[in-house]
Amino acid sequence: MTDMPAGERQQLAPPSDDTGILGWARKNLFSSWGNGLTTIVLIVAMVWILSGFLEWALFTANFTATTGSECRGGGACWALIREKFRYIFFGSFPYEQHWRPLFAVITMLAMLVLSADRRMWNWRLLVIWGVGSFVTFLLMFGQIHIPLSLILFVALVAGGIGLALRSALAAPSERMAYYALVGIGAVGLVLRILGVLPKWSIAIAPLSYVETSLWGGLPVTLILATYGLAFAFPYGVLLALGRRSNLPLIKGLCVGFIELIRGVPLISLLIMASVMLPLFLPSGTTIDKFLRAQVAVILFAGAYIAEVIRGGLQSLPKGQFEAADAMGLNYPQKTLLIILPQALRVVIPPLINTFIGFFKDTSLVLIIGIFDFLNTANQALVDPNWAGFPGEVYLFAAFVYFIFCYSMSRYSRYLEHELNKGTRR
Amino acid sequence: MAVEALNSSSRTRVAPWNDPVVRGWVFQIVVVGLVGLLAWYLVSNTIDNLERQKIASGFHYLDREAGFEIGDTMIEYSPASTYARAILVGLINTIKVSVLGIILATVLGTLVGVGRLSNNWLLGKICEWYVEGFRNVPLLLWLFLFYKIISEAFPGPRQAIALLWNSVYLSNRGVYFPVPLADPVFKWAGLAFLVGLAAAWGVGRWARKRQEDTGQPFPTLSVGFAIVLGLPILVWLAGGAPHHMSWPALKGFNFDGGSVIQPEFVALLAGLVLYTSAFVAEIVRSGILALHKGQSEAAAALGLSRGQAMRLVLLPQALRVIVPPMTSQYLNITKNSSLAIAIGYPDLVASVNVTINQTGQAIENVLIIMAAYLSVSLSISAFMNWYNKRIALTER
Repeated sequence: MTDMPAGERQQLAPPSDDTGILGWARKNLFSSWGNGLTTIVLIVAMVWILSGFLEWALFTANFTATTGSECRGGGACWALIREKFRYIFFGSFPYEQHWRPLFAVITMLAMLVLSADRRMWNWRLLVIWGVGSFVTFLLMFGQIHIPLSLILFVALVAGGIGLALRSALAAPSERMAYYALVGIGAVGLVLRILGVLPKWSIAIAPLSYVETSLWGGLPVTLILATYGLAFAFPYGVLLALGRRSNLPLIKGLCVGFIELIRGVPLISLLIMASVMLPLFLPSGTTIDKFLRAQVAVILFAGAYIAEVIRGGLQSLPKGQFEAADAMGLNYPQKTLLIILPQALRVVIPPLINTFIGFFKDTSLVLIIGIFDFLNTANQALVDPNWAGFPGEVYLFAAFVYFIFCYSMSRYSRYLEHELNKGTRR
Repeated sequence: MAVEALNSSSRTRVAPWNDPVVRGWVFQIVVVGLVGLLAWYLVSNTIDNLERQKIASGFHYLDREAGFEIGDTMIEYSPASTYARAILVGLINTIKVSVLGIILATVLGTLVGVGRLSNNWLLGKICEWYVEGFRNVPLLLWLFLFYKIISEAFPGPRQAIALLWNSVYLSNRGVYFPVPLADPVFKWAGLAFLVGLAAAWGVGRWARKRQEDTGQPFPTLSVGFAIVLGLPILVWLAGGAPHHMSWPALKGFNFDGGSVIQPEFVALLAGLVLYTSAFVAEIVRSGILALHKGQSEAAAALGLSRGQAMRLVLLPQALRVIVPPMTSQYLNITKNSSLAIAIGYPDLVASVNVTINQTGQAIENVLIIMAAYLSVSLSISAFMNWYNKRIALTER
């Protein structure tokens, strides 16, 4: 071999059973006796199970029956889904108005998909969520009343954030604007609470009003999960910052809250929201059941999100905190401009996984009688005309949940890959 | 340190509103004050409401007669028992299903997780789709599906499916199977089992000591199993080997004799185990993947067998990665077992929920639920933290 001149070496093709589909099968399926046996047993089992399933789900299935009794052919009764899918998706929402929850779902999906685009991760995100939420709730409720106190509160918060972040940088006129916002907000709220300002609100009412007890199906699941996360997120950030704080009382409060919530099941919080919340409030006030469930989900989600964000905060080197201090930044500036942008970047993939968890966990609200997607699927089984086909309905619901959760988990994995590009070798 | 030095030297010159320590305390007092105010507002409202609705607070109701049936009881219970007893039955059921769920999910999840890493492509793919399929659908949906399948697809007791020479029956009322009749010998056999456990532990300690001193290995595992299983069997044989069984037999519309596993329990356990095993599989897989390839090669180069390499080199290192996330999965099983209420299995939440509806004592009962879950959760995490510390890397 060694004395053969380089140019005269014969180039042999690899053996035919080493390449192509045969080579692949040899390497991955039949590399040893045990391996080959496993493959054969698995193929036999899969053919047996799949043929049985397809027989039931496709070949003997009934797609056209009009009542359950026509469906007794032994196969799957997909006609039930055809009959009930509008109820499963939209619940008891007035039938002729079903376009509203449909467009609300589309709006929320568009909102989520747009938020998934990294080019939108700036002020655009606020616009997307503001417009998206407004459209969603306008479609679902039909009428929205924006109370004066809410406008005042938003002015107070916006002015406060502006002051905290830009007090040293802003031009005097900009600073005056923030002071004005805070002043108007604070004075207005006090006057409103004292009853000097009237209970006034902006009414936007293009459609007929639909109360939350009629909401059902997919929009309910999406709203509970999306707004559960949207509100729990800032609150979770505060809890995480509090837990990392060196002020003992604040830290104690935050640790106590997080551990309490994480130690008990969501059901106990939902039961608490449904039986105890009415006791907590002055008699005569009633809170919407849907809102109560939403509050329970937010409280629950906040504790879990706080723990995820704490992980991100802990992953930051101490130098970042010290450098921010050395620059003379105050606490809000340090946190919002230096710490959180870096810490949140690390935790976006686990945050999405947390969101997938909440998306599934919202199904628990059926325990307190809210018609989320799983509950409407459940109710579709109650119809005596269609009794006896639970498998079909649950498989259909499982399929819908799977589509949502699986695509989110793929996105989370893709993002993890993308965000690590800078640090991976 | 530098900051503190700066503070102490310049304290006199800093105005109080610029002193971080003063600011910190003012901020804390304001926040705690606001939280306290909120708490006071809620509590005063509650007291007001309770007075108006004439609900006496306190835990006296626990001594009253519960009056409701519970389907699955590990301890003696009848509707004439107290509420406290009913809640205890529920708590025991919660613990039962959690412990079984944790054990089975760990075993199944480990198998699937290792299966995903198999060099057989087909097995790896099947395990991957098992994981994706189970973890991307809500647990509650699995519970409903399994429960409905058991209660609608299985025949009634009269047409029950007989298995194993007519000793085990499957029906929509549950699984009926024979049990040995009570005999005092079993109590002694149980005691022997405990003695065997202690003896095996002692043997293990002695074997490790001897190996450290002399380098001689000892088959601890097989000897331990022999002691733990052998002692009770010896006692049972010495006690005359009582083997009278109570067989399930059809009487009227249902079975009599033997013992039964409720369909609710089967559905709950199956749902919990299959759902959680998908998460466990991912944890186990990432734990094994976290190990460097050189570890198994070095173990082989030292002449360790595959089993020894796994037990002495690979597993201890993988466990360090696996145990912390596994702890939260165990806590999740415990908390998720509360979904039992949706399919009617009498766990803690279900018992307490009936109690709330019957007595109206919402606050006390919710407190009981929270206290019970917190103590179960805290004991599991205390145990897992202890275990984690034991296997943690000891540095210098």
